[in-house]
Amino acid sequence: MTDASMQSPETGHRSVSLTVADAHTKKRANAEKRFRAYGIVAIATGLFFLIVLFASILSQGIPAFQRTVVSVDFTLSAAQRDEAESTLFKTKAYSNLFIAQLSKELEDQGISVDFDEAAIERLLGKIGGTIRTYYADNPGKLGDPVKFDLAASSRVDGYFKGRVSRDTLQDSRFLQLSDLDLVDALKQAGIIKQAFNWPFITGADSGVDNPGGAGIGASVIGSFFMMLVVLGLSLPIGVAASIYLEEFAPQNRFTDLIEVNISNLAAVPSIVFGILGLAVFIQFMHLPQSAPLVGGLVLTLMTLPTIIISTRASLKAVPPSIRDAALGVGASKMQAVFHHVLPLAAPGILTGTIIGLAQALGETAPLLLIGMVGFVARGYPDGFLAGFTEPNSAMPAQIYTWAARADVGFYEKAWGGIIILLMFLLTMNIIAIILRRRFERRW
Amino acid sequence: MNDMTRVERTVNSKDIKINAKKVQVYYGDTHAIKDVSVEIEDKTVTAFIGPSGCGKSTFLRCLNRMNDTIDICRVEGDILLDGEDIYDKRVDPVQLRAKVGMVFQKPNPFPKSIYDNVAYGPRIHGLAKNKAELDEIVEKSLRRGAIWDEVKDRLDAPGTGLSGGQQQRLCIARAVATEPEVLLMDEPCSALDPIATAQVEELIDELRSRYSVVIVTHSMQQAARVSQKTAFFHLGNLVEFGETGQIFTNPVDPRTESYITGRIG
Amino acid sequence: MPIVWLVLIVLAIAAVGYVLGRTRALQSATGDVRALHSLPSYYGANVALKTIVPAFGLMILWLLVQPLYVNSQVSEMISGSAIEDGASLNLVMAEVRRTAYGLDNAVAAGQIPEELARNARADVIDMTQRLKDAGQVVTSDITQPVLRAAQTYRIMNATGYSIMAVAVILTALAGAAVSWFQTRAEYRARNVVEQGVRILLLAAASIAILTTVGIVLSLVFNTWEFFKLYPATDFFFGTTWAPSFSGRGGSSELGIIPLLWGTFYISLVALLVAVPIGLFAAIYLSEYASPRVRAVAKPLLEILAGIPTIVYGLFALLTVGPLLLGLFGDDGLGWMKAGTAVMTAGLVMGIMLIPFVSSLSDDIINAVPQAMRDGSYGLGATQSETIRQVVLPAALPGIVGAILLAASRAIGETMIVVLGAGAAARLSLNPFEAMTTVTAKIVSQLTGDADFASPEALVAFALGMTLFTLTLGLNIFALYIVRKYREQYE
Repeated sequence: MTDASMQSPETGHRSVSLTVADAHTKKRANAEKRFRAYGIVAIATGLFFLIVLFASILSQGIPAFQRTVVSVDFTLSAAQRDEAESTLFKTKAYSNLFIAQLSKELEDQGISVDFDEAAIERLLGKIGGTIRTYYADNPGKLGDPVKFDLAASSRVDGYFKGRVSRDTLQDSRFLQLSDLDLVDALKQAGIIKQAFNWPFITGADSGVDNPGGAGIGASVIGSFFMMLVVLGLSLPIGVAASIYLEEFAPQNRFTDLIEVNISNLAAVPSIVFGILGLAVFIQFMHLPQSAPLVGGLVLTLMTLPTIIISTRASLKAVPPSIRDAALGVGASKMQAVFHHVLPLAAPGILTGTIIGLAQALGETAPLLLIGMVGFVARGYPDGFLAGFTEPNSAMPAQIYTWAARADVGFYEKAWGGIIILLMFLLTMNIIAIILRRRFERRW
Repeated sequence: MNDMTRVERTVNSKDIKINAKKVQVYYGDTHAIKDVSVEIEDKTVTAFIGPSGCGKSTFLRCLNRMNDTIDICRVEGDILLDGEDIYDKRVDPVQLRAKVGMVFQKPNPFPKSIYDNVAYGPRIHGLAKNKAELDEIVEKSLRRGAIWDEVKDRLDAPGTGLSGGQQQRLCIARAVATEPEVLLMDEPCSALDPIATAQVEELIDELRSRYSVVIVTHSMQQAARVSQKTAFFHLGNLVEFGETGQIFTNPVDPRTESYITGRIG
Repeated sequence: MPIVWLVLIVLAIAAVGYVLGRTRALQSATGDVRALHSLPSYYGANVALKTIVPAFGLMILWLLVQPLYVNSQVSEMISGSAIEDGASLNLVMAEVRRTAYGLDNAVAAGQIPEELARNARADVIDMTQRLKDAGQVVTSDITQPVLRAAQTYRIMNATGYSIMAVAVILTALAGAAVSWFQTRAEYRARNVVEQGVRILLLAAASIAILTTVGIVLSLVFNTWEFFKLYPATDFFFGTTWAPSFSGRGGSSELGIIPLLWGTFYISLVALLVAVPIGLFAAIYLSEYASPRVRAVAKPLLEILAGIPTIVYGLFALLTVGPLLLGLFGDDGLGWMKAGTAVMTAGLVMGIMLIPFVSSLSDDIINAVPQAMRDGSYGLGATQSETIRQVVLPAALPGIVGAILLAASRAIGETMIVVLGAGAAARLSLNPFEAMTTVTAKIVSQLTGDADFASPEALVAFALGMTLFTLTLGLNIFALYIVRKYREQYE
């Protein structure tokens, strides 16, 4: 060790003073800064994508919550009704009455514009039928002034929202350039205006050529019934399976097999669960297509691994001393688990379940295969039990249906649907976070 | 001033290497080190002893600013290495740590080959001009770590495959490869068996000829065996500091005596 | 909903059994709870459990077996002559079922009297007309055998369900009675109940195995059917994907190679986006970021993981696609023809995978022991040198595992490619061209109008099989690597 030849070579480049950085150290300090900058750039890029995503959702989705309505005060006397009912084209008679009322309101405000019945139909659809149905249902309203809020067609709506402009509009049977003069006149008179789009939130889907009338309400109900199935099945089964694996399972091959299956199922693509649902529930068991029950079953199988994994983590977090204490006073293993471990793990289990449900709520691919896409959900189910078995759509499936339709008017609805879907997910996640914060226990 | 210290060192081999004055360390609100002043000599083994939690490791980690990696840790007072304040804003801790190396409680070889473990420091500090020079540094360091004969045939084997004692000597070799001036050792033998401990202790004694060594230990026998100077810490205070022989045979402070005779600790 | 009623009846029997069992136990101990082996509620639970479990077990088994039995019985009725040329037995059976459901619905709506629906001599043409009038979907050509088969199908099903209801209720009653007679003070009710509960827990855990078995069976059987109609070699090695739209023609070319190529290309683009960003983000968050930055940035990034894939799909179709088209399309560089392309889907999928890569890598980097970092800092290494030369090499196996998991995610992702990648199966190197993937084609082949028995629909199962095998292999390999890595530092 004292070999003279092993004296250290003079390390000439190393500066004598600590306070003066030598060239090598400076180079290294710069490399350090660069490396750190890569990290910041990576995070900034990630956050930038997040912002772009939300900006495009909000900017394109918020207009879906606005609709353009023509509101006219309309009075129909019993005599007028009888007269209209006696004509051959009854609805035409009603729309003529409506047009007369509209012209009068415009004249009162000193605005003159030419329009015919066809133009009104392009703007508002077949209003005669709407009015006739209203008075058939509410005969008591005859003679009283009634305020009609009639939805403008999707092109007119687009004109208000900037999707359609005078430069880009091409005359078609849907809308003509001259109609826009009428729209402008109605706007000036304050008859046509923007209003909050309640029908979008509460309504059902419409036909492929009527984007304006499409609503997401029915599919929210469909999703609700699916989530009931998922919750009702996956929570008990998931908790039971976790308790078995965490507390009772012997160390053997069968247990290993279950564990391997669970961890692999958690990573199986969701579309494969759709194939399973199609083959087993629909082809083999002949359950009804497009039913929330089937959707719920498929999503249950898909969510189970997630719930089992999080439940096991919560059970594992309960310290063994609690079990020992219960066993020590003579409780059986089963009593120790159900009386002590499970209640202590409950908040964690609940949090995991809500997050699993949120995942299931947004899942689309499996629903494609069991027929929940393509089904036009035109109405609400007839009752509670029918809600499970009657064909319906679900929120993400409805969004996909809209995105796949040809009319651009549906894109706005799809974005709007996303906002509603995300609000549900946000609520569920906030509940999960609050639960975790409130009941989190450090042992 | 720099020139002065260098001149002084050549004149007197036992000059002061590290001079700590009124050092305070806080962990958040906890006052972990209270007003510690100590002078550590060159080419000497200085032992820090004391009961667990007395702050001896914390103080050791201040000497090469390893505490910087802990966010809530705050150091006050002056620590001078060769007369320069190591907590000066202009000091790059990276440069400091190259001069003040460290060996840890648990052997922590990198998951690399033995050769790469030792070559790591010289490589990052750019100490070798070419492969031959690097080979030379690695061999020299492994010899100084007293492990060369055991590993010279398997330099490409992973460092994690060695036994505990070999791993710790590898870590010492790794530390000396960067040509440090001071070597800090944080309970280097606590994870080792008695035979490996003896080997490492022998090595520490050899290292004294070249470096200033500071060793933290909870074993009084070890302190007595390897060190020339001993500092006794208790509850964050430096209770007594002096010649090892004097501390163990004729302590001044009653607390030191209680610890040595086994009444506290 | 007779099954709902059946369930409620069984539950009611169980509830009554619980009360009776509890009472009998107390009586046998002459009211002294201490004389009982178990708490009184266990005697009640014993009766309830033995009522419910066999009854429901029987019911589930019956519901699974009956359709199989009825199907096979009815299939036998249909003689070979009734099957048209080119149509398979499956098709005819589908027709039979559709007619049977039509009859059910029409009877339920009161449009066809039950006697007529059961009448084995009912006229086919008249019946078809009545079904149509009742608003039921029936094809124009219900033949005599089909109608007869449908009627038999209905009757067998109805009889089957009636017998089932009786059998289930009897089983429930028997279970209740037997366990009630067992109830004595010294009867070890708790042990029996706990053993029963344990078996139920085991059954719940076994559902995971059942699911896997279900997936494998449904894939294998249908893939087998497919390979009977279409040669396996053409499927695996064919370089053209051109299904015919008529649904029955044999002219379809169903080669998987272009789909696999599209899948891999899009996944590659996605990983090229997600891995560097995710990895560097994880490094920054775990090694550099102050706790406050970490507390904000980490959950924000993870929002990206919580967004449903349909949102990403729409984002690709309506935002990213047009944006890329503006840059690389005819107005820009002229490389891109339409908004849907490999680049569009890959980029968006990459965004989706960023948090996946970053949180997995974050865990893995954090698992590298601090002692390793200390060793490096103690030698005077800078933070980046420590990360690049010590932490990352130590974490490499884990990170490779994480990337493989991300790759398996990318391969199995459906909505983004359905909406963002286009529909054309193509073997091309240009990332700005539309291509399609295995998942997208599974969707399009199974949601179209093609008959389930045609090769055009069955190919989806072969695609699913390929996808399942591929992702399963990747996952097992990745989990193996990650586990090995974890063990290294435990």
